[in-house]
Amino acid sequence: MAARKMTGSQLVLQALCDQGVEVIFGYPGGAVLPIYDALHQQNSLRHILVRHEQAAVHAAEGYARSTGKVGVVLVTSGPGATNAVTGLTDALMDSIPVVCLTGQVPTHLIGNDAFQEADTTGITRPCTKHNYLVKSAEDVSRIVHEAFYVARSGRPGPVVIDLPKDVLQAKANVTEGGEEIQHKSYKPRIKPDPKAIGQAIEIIAKAKRPIVYSGGGVINSGDKASRLLTRFVRILGAPCTSTLMGLGAYPASDPQFLGMLGMHGTYEANLAMYNCDVMINVGARFDDRVTGRLDEFSPNSKKIHIDIDPSSINKNVVVELPVIGDVAAVLDALLKAWAKGGHSLSQRALKQWWKSIEGWRGRECLNFESTDSVIKPQYAIQRLYELTKDRETFITTEVGQHQMWAAQYYKFEKPRHWMTSGGLGTMGYGLPAAYGVQVAHPDALVIDIAGEASIQMNIQELGTLMQYRLPVKVFIINNQWMGMVRQWQELLHGERYSQTYSESLPDFVKLAEAYGARGLRAEKPAELDGLIKEMIDHPGPVIFDCLVDQKENCFPMIPSGAAHYDMLLGPEDQAAKPVSEEGMVLV
Amino acid sequence: MAPKDMSIERRTIAVLVDNEPGVLARVIGLFSGRGYNIESLTVSEVDTTRHQSRITIITSGTPQILEQIKAQLDRLVPVHAVSDLTKKGPSVERELALVKVSGKGNKRVESLRIADIFRARVVDSGLDHFIFEMTGRSDKLNVFIELMRPLGLIDVSRTGVVAISRGSTGLLN
Repeated sequence: MAARKMTGSQLVLQALCDQGVEVIFGYPGGAVLPIYDALHQQNSLRHILVRHEQAAVHAAEGYARSTGKVGVVLVTSGPGATNAVTGLTDALMDSIPVVCLTGQVPTHLIGNDAFQEADTTGITRPCTKHNYLVKSAEDVSRIVHEAFYVARSGRPGPVVIDLPKDVLQAKANVTEGGEEIQHKSYKPRIKPDPKAIGQAIEIIAKAKRPIVYSGGGVINSGDKASRLLTRFVRILGAPCTSTLMGLGAYPASDPQFLGMLGMHGTYEANLAMYNCDVMINVGARFDDRVTGRLDEFSPNSKKIHIDIDPSSINKNVVVELPVIGDVAAVLDALLKAWAKGGHSLSQRALKQWWKSIEGWRGRECLNFESTDSVIKPQYAIQRLYELTKDRETFITTEVGQHQMWAAQYYKFEKPRHWMTSGGLGTMGYGLPAAYGVQVAHPDALVIDIAGEASIQMNIQELGTLMQYRLPVKVFIINNQWMGMVRQWQELLHGERYSQTYSESLPDFVKLAEAYGARGLRAEKPAELDGLIKEMIDHPGPVIFDCLVDQKENCFPMIPSGAAHYDMLLGPEDQAAKPVSEEGMVLV
Repeated sequence: MAPKDMSIERRTIAVLVDNEPGVLARVIGLFSGRGYNIESLTVSEVDTTRHQSRITIITSGTPQILEQIKAQLDRLVPVHAVSDLTKKGPSVERELALVKVSGKGNKRVESLRIADIFRARVVDSGLDHFIFEMTGRSDKLNVFIELMRPLGLIDVSRTGVVAISRGSTGLLN
């Protein structure tokens, strides 16, 4: 029997189907025409046409982050690929599994500066977990399957497959796919070393002031990891704090949760980090937003670092005990060993520790002054939370003050309901990520909490919302400033507001209407609730222009170069504590 | 927190990789992108059936940075094994140099005499030049090259260091 033959394009789509892919975010162009032609002739893969390739990657990230599956992107060669670079870097920094298919000029033209040629594998090498240039249609299936395996296993990340046009058109034998990949060299460690588990238990059992510091790795590990984390924290009776990326892994309403830590984290979380004697880092990476000044970072604690990526160990902070493995596997092992050893923490010490924490909590660092005349941004998010918390709600954000306020005032009870650009800090992330989420969860309420500056970085994606009737709500905290940059100028540069005023803003309500969406505007606190309800009840996309206090800043804040105990709790503190010279150099 | 050791150390690291397009760029890009030092780097295919190449890198940094370098290398998808030859125990390190010296009369005789002492081989000769081939530790090569300088040194080409651990175990065990 003659082997069945397919074109490279068909093999790509076949491999995607074998991987269980349902949706692709993409944008066509010359080099990927064969794939688009093959797409046109099948019904199992849905294609969402974006308006800019950067948005395609963010949409795939939103899809991936909210489902735990790999997000898939399809773009053309040259500008298609280079436009995707920001999204790929974002996915790399936040460990989001994405497979990005890029078109390429035919192999015989590679290196000739052909039309729409770019050295895609060269350009994306530092911003992907791995990338491939496919030289022959025979290799297509194997490489696509391998790419999915690399993207989702270990520490997840983006993988690029560069596909020259002649490879897409050539015919090759079909290998029946879906087989388990046994990679020659890439073998991430999932199960922890039992010796490390034993040592961890020994350290934890002696803790008097323990803290669990959880991160995005818990979310990436899967929902089981979140359940195990919650159990682990409750069994210990320890406080738990979370990074920006980890929010939702531990229920925010739980009394043992101290809120987010770090630069705009809570007073209690940061002081507990500073004063703890045992720190258990679960899937976080001691990012500079979290640690503040390194030589003053939790100086008297023994640190246990659970991470699937050995290169995260001792990168920023030297730890006593690394535990390499998948968060769920490690927590499972720790819980079993803890129970088996019949351990429990000293209740007297714990009581004392919680007494200190309650004292810090008593500062109520997230308090802000409300007024009747102007909407405070914090109040807007609080109301948004109150009016949406009883539904299946997913929140995405752009980057800036609104992002921090969302992290502080929106309470996430479940993992995978919070999508934000943490590592790269990409303005323009939130809108495409939101519709990526909406595609995966058509009946859920998906809200992009945005700023008026950030939203304009991918505003063209309103067209995508309309085309696919994706009822995403864009909630713009509009203070007419690039607020976070302005806040730093206020703090560090003598209030010289260089280029941070949002001049010539569009009328967002009219803009929404121009696309055929609903536009709403709130100017006074009294009308906020009614308008938010109207936004929720509207069955289609909404742009909500929420005009807020222009002067409000994000507090608490650890200024750059300062230690955890050196927090600014409000504008009064800001005047009293000038930022050091060395702090000004940091970002 | 464990105290940070800030002393700079020099290490020879061997990396076994799949010999596929771009693999060297991945390794070099890792070093340049993260600001690590490369003092020397050599690469060549060592297993033609499995298509594996061996890269030998000499780098320097604080112990914390050196651990990072190894972890980052190990994280690259086509990397099979990373071995810190300096830390693992005694190893043999060799480099090869081709040294071109041009001169007449006494200088020419002197260069040949010194080459003999250093056990350098003459691989090309004309009436007014020699090309010496010399293999050895890098510091020995350095000394030889310095001695050749006043005698009419024209050109030097060096391979960079290759290294292998002493004893009966290989890179993979």
